Order: sequence, then C-alpha cells, then structure tokens
Amino acid sequence: MEPTPEDWRRVRTAILRDAIGIGVATGAYALSFGAISTTSGLSVVQTCALSLVMFSGASQYALVGVLGSGGAALTAAATAVLLGTRNALYGLRLAPLLDVRGPRKVVAAQLVIDESTAMSLGRPSDRANRLGFWATGISVFILWNLGTLIGALGAHALSDPRKVGLDAAAPAAFLALLAPRVRSRTAVGVALLAAAIAIASVPFVPVGGPVLVAALVAIVVGAVTRAAPSEPPADVPASGPA
Amino acid sequence: MWLAVLAGSAGCYALKLAGLSVPRRVLGNARVGHISNMLPVALLATLVAVQTFTSGTHLGVDARVGGLVAAFVAVLLRAPFLVVVAVAVGVTALLRLAH
Repeated sequence: MEPTPEDWRRVRTAILRDAIGIGVATGAYALSFGAISTTSGLSVVQTCALSLVMFSGASQYALVGVLGSGGAALTAAATAVLLGTRNALYGLRLAPLLDVRGPRKVVAAQLVIDESTAMSLGRPSDRANRLGFWATGISVFILWNLGTLIGALGAHALSDPRKVGLDAAAPAAFLALLAPRVRSRTAVGVALLAAAIAIASVPFVPVGGPVLVAALVAIVVGAVTRAAPSEPPADVPASGPA
Repeated sequence: MWLAVLAGSAGCYALKLAGLSVPRRVLGNARVGHISNMLPVALLATLVAVQTFTSGTHLGVDARVGGLVAAFVAVLLRAPFLVVVAVAVGVTALLRLAH
C-alpha cells in the first residue's frame, strides 16, 4: 500500500527530530573534541579544519591523540585513515540507496559517517532512509563544527565537560540507535561479541581502534552465518529506529 | 601539524568517496547484504561499550556506567531518543555530584 501524505509527514517529523537530537548530542561531544585538540597542540584553525575537512569523529580523536602524545604527522594521518575505512564500508551500503552523481556525490561522500549511516538504515522506505542520511549528515555537520569551534575557543572553560555528564550523551545515543537493530539472535551475538572484543582490545590498540575491530567481527560473523528470517535483506530495511 | 591534518583528511575523504563509487552489483550478493546488516550492530555496540568504559586507552568504571544503565532502562521503556540521552546525562551528572 502507498503511504499517505499524512503518514509521510509523521515519518518526516520523526526523522528530523531524531536528526536534530543526534546533532545536539554529537555537537556536545564536539565541544570536548575542540578542547582536546587545542590542548594537544593544534591551533584553533587546525582544529576547525579537521572537523570541516576530515569530519569523522573517531579519526579526528585518533589524529589529535597521536599528535598530542608525540606521534609523527604521517603516523597520525595513517591512524586516522585506518579508522576511516569503516566509512568506505558504509558507502558500499549507502550507494544504491542514495544513488547520487556529480556534485551531489561529492557532498554526500563527506557526510558518510557513523551517525548518518545509522540513521539511513532500517526505516520504512527508501525515501525515509535518504532523508535520514541527509538530515542527520547536515545536522551533525553543522553542530559538530559549531561545537568544535566553541570547544576550541573555550578550551579552558570547557576542559571538563564530564562534570555535567556530557560524556555519557554519546554512548546513550548509540544505545538508543542500537536497540531497534538487534532483532535476531545473530544480531544479539554480534553486538555482545563485538563489544566484548572491543573492550578487551582497548589497552592494545590506538584510541578508536576497537571500532575497527568491531567492524572485522561483523564481517567475519556475517560471512559465516546466514541472515535470520527476522533480519531484513540489505535492500529492504526493517521498521524504524529510535 | 598541517601535514597530518591534510593528509589524514584527504585519505578519509578518498575512502568515503570510494565506498559510494563501487559498482552496485557488489551489494547484489545476499552474504554482503547480511554482512552490511551486521556492521552497524557491531559498530554501535562497540561505540556504546568503548565510550562507556574507557578514557583514551584506559579501561575503567565511572559515573557513565550508572548513566548508561539508566539509559538502558529508558530504552526498555521505549522512551524517545532525546529522553534516553537526557536521562544518561542527568544521571551521570548527579552521580558525579553525589560522589
């Protein structure tokens, strides 16, 4: 059955609300990125350039972390790029959905990140998935850069965003996004296994590395298991997240 | 510093663009589809775990755990996204205040 205009308006409102919510949560996190980056020795301009041009949280944290601990420029860049490989995997998944060419593709590519990808999967229609991608990508881009600027400028005042509990905002946001995706036993297993292996690997891999370990877990488990009947095929998303 | 910023950014962008540019038929495979369904599950689960229990490369338990437990309860109660986040932030801040 074709969705009615009323259905679409409701879906659109829910998506936009979630996109802004994720943007705010990510923007709050960007405050700490801006502060950490400038205290790691990067200038305010370099810090803002990272958020504008690299625009990938884990890669950015890793880059300033390596630089801050005295790592070489190319080592820092390589670590960031290694962490960015998951965005290529996201792109694989997103390409048929977005179906972008030319200038739109150049823009869309920059917006391929954890949040926009998560928000573009599992919605009731491709149209909703596309809106999830663009709305979340743009919302996060604006608020991530704004947060970075404020955090960088106010590095001293905001040196401890933990005091107000903001460091719990991001994991809570990821938890809220994860919940509706865990529909099959395989998915529960992947979630627990990935989390356990990632935690175990924390002391041994660079900051952000556990996320890459999780991607490997997903690929290996995905390769040796079959999709459960409750799991949607890649091109027919399950019903709505968050 | 600028070398790291620019080289890292160029590499990250190249990966994003490469992902979008791979031929469609790659996703025609059911196994690839299943794998890409498992990817966000693994990544989100990892982000929850790592951002709750670590500071840099150090593992530890702090007020965030309380915040996440509260967020988990909110998720079970089907609370909206922003409520889940607000509950986690509020409980974490209160726990730090009480400590």
